[in-house]
Amino acid sequence: MSGTIFLNARLIDPEAGTVNEGCLIVRDGVIVEVLSRVPESLERFAPDQRIDCGGLCLAPGIVDLGVKVSEPGERHKESFKSAGRAAAAGGVTTIVTRPDTNPAIDTPEILEFVARRAQVDSVVRVLPMAALTKGREGREMTEIGFLQDAGAVAFTDGDHVISNTRVLQRALTYARSLDALVIGHVQDPGLSQGAVTTAGKFASLRGLPGVHPMAERMGLDRDIALIEMTRVKYHADQITTARALPALERAKRNGHDITAGVSIHHLTLNEFDVADYRTFFKLTPPLRAEEDRAAVVEAVASGLIDVICSMHTPQDEESKRLPFEEAASGAVGLETLLPASLRLYHAGVVGLPQLFRALSLNPSRRLGLASGRLAANAPADLVLFDSDAPFVLDRSTLKSKSRNTPFDGARMQGRVRGTWVGGVLVSGEG
Amino acid sequence: MTFRATHLLGIEHLHPTEITTLLDLADRYADQGRRGQTHRDVLAGLTQINMFFENSTRTQASFELAGKRLGADVMSMAMQATSIKKGETLIDTALTLNAMRPDLLVVRHPQSGAVDLLAAKVQNCAVLNAGDGRHEHPTQALLDALTIRRAKGRLHRLSIAICGDVAHSRVARSNILLLGKMENRIRLVGPPTLMPAGINEFGCEVFDDMRAGLEGADVVMMLRLQKERMDGGFIPSEREYYHRYGLDAEKLAYAKPDAIVMHPGPMNRGVEIDGTIADDINRSVIQTQVEMGVAIRMAAMDLVARNLRAARGRKAVGVEV
Repeated sequence: MSGTIFLNARLIDPEAGTVNEGCLIVRDGVIVEVLSRVPESLERFAPDQRIDCGGLCLAPGIVDLGVKVSEPGERHKESFKSAGRAAAAGGVTTIVTRPDTNPAIDTPEILEFVARRAQVDSVVRVLPMAALTKGREGREMTEIGFLQDAGAVAFTDGDHVISNTRVLQRALTYARSLDALVIGHVQDPGLSQGAVTTAGKFASLRGLPGVHPMAERMGLDRDIALIEMTRVKYHADQITTARALPALERAKRNGHDITAGVSIHHLTLNEFDVADYRTFFKLTPPLRAEEDRAAVVEAVASGLIDVICSMHTPQDEESKRLPFEEAASGAVGLETLLPASLRLYHAGVVGLPQLFRALSLNPSRRLGLASGRLAANAPADLVLFDSDAPFVLDRSTLKSKSRNTPFDGARMQGRVRGTWVGGVLVSGEG
Repeated sequence: MTFRATHLLGIEHLHPTEITTLLDLADRYADQGRRGQTHRDVLAGLTQINMFFENSTRTQASFELAGKRLGADVMSMAMQATSIKKGETLIDTALTLNAMRPDLLVVRHPQSGAVDLLAAKVQNCAVLNAGDGRHEHPTQALLDALTIRRAKGRLHRLSIAICGDVAHSRVARSNILLLGKMENRIRLVGPPTLMPAGINEFGCEVFDDMRAGLEGADVVMMLRLQKERMDGGFIPSEREYYHRYGLDAEKLAYAKPDAIVMHPGPMNRGVEIDGTIADDINRSVIQTQVEMGVAIRMAAMDLVARNLRAARGRKAVGVEV
């Protein structure tokens, strides 16, 4: 494969923290050079393709940490093929898949099956995670070493909290010896049992069982203590409450190897969006109070929270069209991650470079990948988008097999015009 | 238009004038009922289906009686025994019902919000909520309001103590909403473990001392303590609960001398209420509540049926609704 030059682009460089007019040259799937102006002669690069970006934004493709593809087990909800297409349409160039499938991805054999399926079917890069304990049951650790050899990039039990701290401590100690990244779901398992909303006036009036937001800080505090004991490399999947932030800040200041993420839904929606039992807004953890949402947005802006992810969780209509407590939890997010994130930009709270730190650079770094940057030698995983284009989301247009988005009918601003993985156009017209 | 609602799903969406309209009509039905007058023409030709996904004797009987007194064809289905066990979802149930073309649908369901979900899916039919999970029980709150209004002569500026398991009670939620809309002073009395989260934002006064909570109250409304709460560790024991929160003569003496005592039933005598108080015809209006229950349900079905007929009429002549 040969060269492509992207001309007339607004280059968003999360590493340098800049937005500059310029052009970018790609050869053999890798970024070769980033230039601030068009070179007088293109001979040197011999590009056989020129793409005029028309002044739109060009940024490193999104690395989405924590995507559920329902293979194996529930392919009718989402397959690698449909997830790949959805990701490409949303400017996501790498999906890091969750092991909370049925059966769970907890053996090297299942992981290899998944990796093979992904390679055949997905147009974007797929990096699988594996369960930390067998069957995600919190009793015995998985074959972390074998799984790592088979390609697992991180270990997590998803939203199952390992309540037995002895089991968790051993798993973390073992993971540490392999320098494996562990992703935890921070939630006190006792307080959150049976809860489907955040406790408060709204939940009480709706008659729904709620969990106190303190349960998140308790979960984080416990895990921080274990990180201190074991020195493990740790990432908290979703920090969604104001109370948990000082604990996270302290742990980082004390030099622990900890990072944290948050789902785009917790940054753009709050508990009132559930309204009259709208199950598409049922998430884990539940949507929070407005003060919590605002505090977490602030933490993304300051960099305390490192990663924004979609927490893409496909659910079919049957599992959602139920009374709220019985309905399945989770929302699809691959295709709405970027436009919803741009709400923070348009609101003036997070700049574009900072946004792409959280969407692309930080998750890449956390996983030790070369992507997420707009610099020479980084893979040419790119997203071209119009940050201002307005549209109303129609869920029937989603590429995901499941269309359980909370943004149906929402006014959004920012459209993906093209997505490239390794220099190859996978979505859009280029 | 004084009553606009097409379904009766909860108190939350009712306007105070709608509440007054409903109470006024129920008041007349109650008086006429005492005189033995019947109204078999009001719902004549309409089919009322009672679907109870949760056990109920009193509410189901009350709705059945109300429908029959107004001339509806009434059918009761004990849903907990049938399709739920066979794995049918609520949506499928709604589709089945659409095919049967009922006019009035009375639903009780153990899940909060289930009646709202069903109402969104059935067509050309008025849905009445007979209690959903911990969410709402609107006809209970309305019958309580009518009982209070008849006993006290008004339904505003009263001091009303709601006592017991507020956290798990749909009766309490609907009552808090209704009595608040009608501008009463509401006090919630009970152990803090049985108070819902965010209770301080409800606009009610909260007491964990029953004597302080009953001080000067016009109405003492007791809630049923569900037996299963004992196992949940919400309270230490039945006897300690009775000692601290059971309504007896000594605690009732803190309320106004003419305060009335209410209970939605069924009562746990000796747990939340002393039997002699419950039977005291000078204080207890518990039997009146049951009587008003039928009148309220007659009025509620009458009003939603009027709106249903009006909507069908508009549809028949092609007017957009």
